[in-house]
This record gives sequence, C-alpha cells and structure tokens, in this order.
Amino acid sequence: MSDETSTVDNGVNVKALLEAKEALTDAPEAALFKWRASCEWLNGTHSKSSVESYYGLGEEHKHRSEFGIETDHPLVFAAEDNAATPVEIVLVGLAGCLTAGIAAVAQNRDIQLKSVKATLEAPMNIQGILGCDPDVRNGFEGITVNYEVDADCSQKDIEALVAQSQKRSAVFDVVANPTNITVNVKKA
Amino acid sequence: MSRSSNGHTAKNIDVVVIGAGHAGLSFSHCLAESAIEHVVLERGEIANSWRHERWDSLTLLTPNWQSTVPGFEYSGDDPDGFMTVRQVIDFIDEYATVSAAPVRTNTEVTSVRCDDDDYRVSTDDAVWCCRSVVIASGACNIPLIPAVGDDVPAGIQSITPHQYRSPDQLDAGGVMVVGASATGLQLAEEIHRSGRPVTIAVGEHVRMPRIYRGRDILWWLDRVGISDERYDEVDDIVRARSLPSPQLVGTRDKLTLDLNSMTANGVKLFGRLMGFNAGTAQFSGSLRNVCALADLKMDRMLDTIDEWVDDNADASSFSPPRRFEATRVDESPALTLNLGKEGIRTILWATGFRPDYSWLEVPVLDRKGFIKHDGGVAESPGMYVIGLPVLRRRKSSFIHGVEDDARDLHQHLTNFLNH
Repeated sequence: MSDETSTVDNGVNVKALLEAKEALTDAPEAALFKWRASCEWLNGTHSKSSVESYYGLGEEHKHRSEFGIETDHPLVFAAEDNAATPVEIVLVGLAGCLTAGIAAVAQNRDIQLKSVKATLEAPMNIQGILGCDPDVRNGFEGITVNYEVDADCSQKDIEALVAQSQKRSAVFDVVANPTNITVNVKKA
Repeated sequence: MSRSSNGHTAKNIDVVVIGAGHAGLSFSHCLAESAIEHVVLERGEIANSWRHERWDSLTLLTPNWQSTVPGFEYSGDDPDGFMTVRQVIDFIDEYATVSAAPVRTNTEVTSVRCDDDDYRVSTDDAVWCCRSVVIASGACNIPLIPAVGDDVPAGIQSITPHQYRSPDQLDAGGVMVVGASATGLQLAEEIHRSGRPVTIAVGEHVRMPRIYRGRDILWWLDRVGISDERYDEVDDIVRARSLPSPQLVGTRDKLTLDLNSMTANGVKLFGRLMGFNAGTAQFSGSLRNVCALADLKMDRMLDTIDEWVDDNADASSFSPPRRFEATRVDESPALTLNLGKEGIRTILWATGFRPDYSWLEVPVLDRKGFIKHDGGVAESPGMYVIGLPVLRRRKSSFIHGVEDDARDLHQHLTNFLNH
C-alpha cells in the first residue's frame, strides 16, 4: 500500500518523530522527560488537578495553556458527581495513549485512518476499597479495550497497528506493569 | 439410643468438642468445672497439628509465663524463655492429663449435621447426638497460596510452611519467601543462614520489637490493654482477623526480628508478589508504603506504651523510651526478578492459612468458607467456635488468649443448655 506519492495524512508528523528518535538515541539525557500534575482538594471527593509544565529535551517546557481536570465520585458513592471518577481518568489516559499510538503507527505505515473509536470497560470489586475483604484488590480486575477502526487496509493490518500501539504505549506500560510510587508528606 | 443412618449407635451427650489442642482442652476444662457432660474428639493425637504441621526449629513467640490455660500454667524454671515445639506438645499433653479431659484420640469427625434441635456429629466409628458443638479444630489447617501461585514458572519448587521442616529439604540455590509474617521472617532467616540466598516479597506486615523499655512487648500489650481489646471494639475486624502474625521470634537472646535485621544479613526485599511473566516475578511498587505503614503503626503502639507509663507507673522502673530505625528500603526497589537468572529454585508461601470445615454440613459458612459467628457464637444456635485470631479479643490469637474466650463462650453455652 506504500508508494512514493503517498497522500496519507493522519495529522501525525511522523518525520519529526523519526528525527527525534534518531536524535535522542545519541542523546539519552535529552530523552529523559518528567511529567507533572498538581492537585488541590476542593470539597468532599471533588478535586481539581492541573497540568502545565513538563521537563524534556534538557529543558523546562510549558503546555500552550494550563489544562484542568476535575475528579469526583459518583452519586452512588454518596458523592456529588461533579466530574469523572479518578479510575475513569485512568481509562481515559489509556485510551488517549493507545489511540495516539494507532494514529502515529498508521502514519508511519502509510495507512489512512478514516475513523478510530474505542470503548473501555474495567470491572472492579469495590469490596476492596471499602475494606470488606482483604483478598479483593483495590484496583481493576482487568481492563478491556474494544477498538473499531476504519482504514484503507486489511483487518490484519489494523490488528498489527493496534498491537504495535500497545507495544509502544506509555500508559499501557504504567497500568500493566509495576511502578514504584513514592508519596512524601509534610504538614502545611 | 437410636440407630443412625450409617449403622453406628447414636450416643447422646450434651456437648461435643472438636479438636484437642489448647483451645478445645480449655473449653473442655470449663465444661468439666460446671459438670457439663461432653467429649473431645481428636482426629489424631493430642496437640496434633503441633506434632505434624510445624517446622523443626519453631519456638513459640509468646514467653513461657504467658503459657496459661484455664486451670493450668507453665511451671518451669524459665518463665522468660520460649517453648520449643516438643515442649508445647508436652505442655498440652500434660494439660489434658491433669484436667482428665474426656478426649477420644484418632477419632476423625466426618460430618456435623443439624437434626431438629440436635447436632449429629459423625466420626469413623460412632455418631454423637448433642445439643451443642464446640469447634476447636484450629485456624491453620490449610496453607493459603494466593492465585498468583498458579503461575509459578516450571522448574521452581513451591513449598508451604506445613511441608517445610528444615532448610535441608530444599534444593541448593535461592529461595523466595512470600510474606513477611512471623512465619515468613523466621523461615527466611533460617533458610538464609543455611547458605541459600533469600529474597522476601513483602506485603502488609506487623512490626514489633521483642523487648521495649526492658520488658517483653507482649507483656506491654497485656499491660496497656491492647491484648484485651474486644472484637466488637476493634476498628476494622475483618482486617484485624486477616493481619499477618507480628514479626516476632522466641529466642534465648530475645532477638528482634524485623526487615532491618533481615537486610543486614543480606536478605533482599521486594514488594508484594503480583504475578509471573515469562519466568520473571513481578512485584508491587508499594514496598516503601507497606514498610512506612508498619513503622508508623509500631510507633503508635510505642506511644501508647509510653503514655501508659507516664499515667500509671514510675517511669524510672523502666528503661527510657526509644524509637527504632525506620525500615530501610532501597530508594527505588526492583520490581521484577528473573528467577532463573537469580538462581531461585524454591518459593516458600508464608501467605497465611485457613481452617478446614469440609466436614461441616450445617449452613453456617460464609462465601469464603469461614464460620459466621459473633465473637465465637456461631449463627447456628448451640454451635461455638474457639481458637481463631481475634475471636473475641486481640489476644485470642495466642495460647493465653483462649482462657477468657473459653469462659465467655462457656457461659453462653450454659445459658443455652438451660434455656
């Protein structure tokens, strides 16, 4: 499907990504990024997080604007349901990451995407977070991601796209594999 | 007397006690004191699980002076020492003898059924028809292995504390101990000393110094009232009952057993074991948190002791307060371990136990197979259970904790029979 006069455009600047890959292979320090978020409690289970700065390519950066993301718990948890539940934001992060990956991989493989839709579902036994049963974990029992992709290629090619996207996904790795978490506290 | 379905003659008796360990014998002693007719049915010998389901070097983690049961107590010349398994067996044996407990050994209970107002307890050679049943068959019949145990890579031997006797039975090579309970740490220490490098997968655990301000920590827990905290006053009883045993060991030198003493000897710590992937063990990133939690809880307990001394005693009769070094954990603990590459040949599951009620046909079990009870009073009238962790008090988990439970439940049972 690839040819010299490709007009495939998924809106991903693959050339820049490939150049970055080449440049960063020889500059490991520049490849070290730090992602940040800050969070402030509002009331009840309602909090507002924001992301603005990050570090990478050897220097500080700022997003084009500060992005705010609110979280809350639903009414069935006796909360006010002002915003999505934090675990739903985790699903959102995974979906966003995998979908971005699909677009990038498709661009690199000269596959024109027409539509990419994902639905995610994660069963959770809340006996864990409620402390009813110490054998039940707090987190998801698993995550199912269903993709529906329309593209100028075969079913097999689409499957390969989605598989490669998982292989290169940061959020997929964060969720699927253990990560050390350090929580520091000081009295304000 | 009537004929039962299996042809054995049914014998009528007020109470059947199942299990002749310290708990069953304690209950029997209380019944005898009030002249309630009963029998104690024991599948094997007296103190059977101590004879057959314990490792060779085990000592009690409670000091000898704490070995008290109704009407009997340790009388040797080493009150601050710790019994070996052999001494525990002798202690329980002697208790059965001096209290003339009506024990039938080698009598396995095959079923307990409810029949109108009576229970029918079947054994291999008889059927007992009784108004009340006391289940004292132990808390540790079956070693628990978490679901991840199904995925242990080929070539790695799994072993439970029931199967373990001494390091000699293990392959040469590394050992991963899963669980940082008293069992986990005691076995990790012994195995590591045998020359087999040990790693421990550490989840939630309970840290305690052996000696604090010159006294055994268990003396303090009795003194400040923690041991007597009731099951219906404990914050989270589900959690309290499922906590790993405190990191204690009974040694002549009163050694403190904790993760710092482990790592000082070269044992490596990992987080809670979460899974296996292509021969690699994966661990939770919560190691620093579970260690910080255990340190915080220990300090809170020591604060309680210090406050008790300030309010109730002459502080000069104890050594001064102190705090212990925080658990040392790597800045960034490893999250994976390639078992083959690291030479690990054995996984020892110190991940807890559960009772075996496969013979219990009265519908009193919850969906996880535990008896539904309120402080030992089972949901089925006339049925009692004793000898489980935090049954009625925090100290229920220990030998000396059974006496108060037995007396309370005996009172309840007496009222039930007279009703």
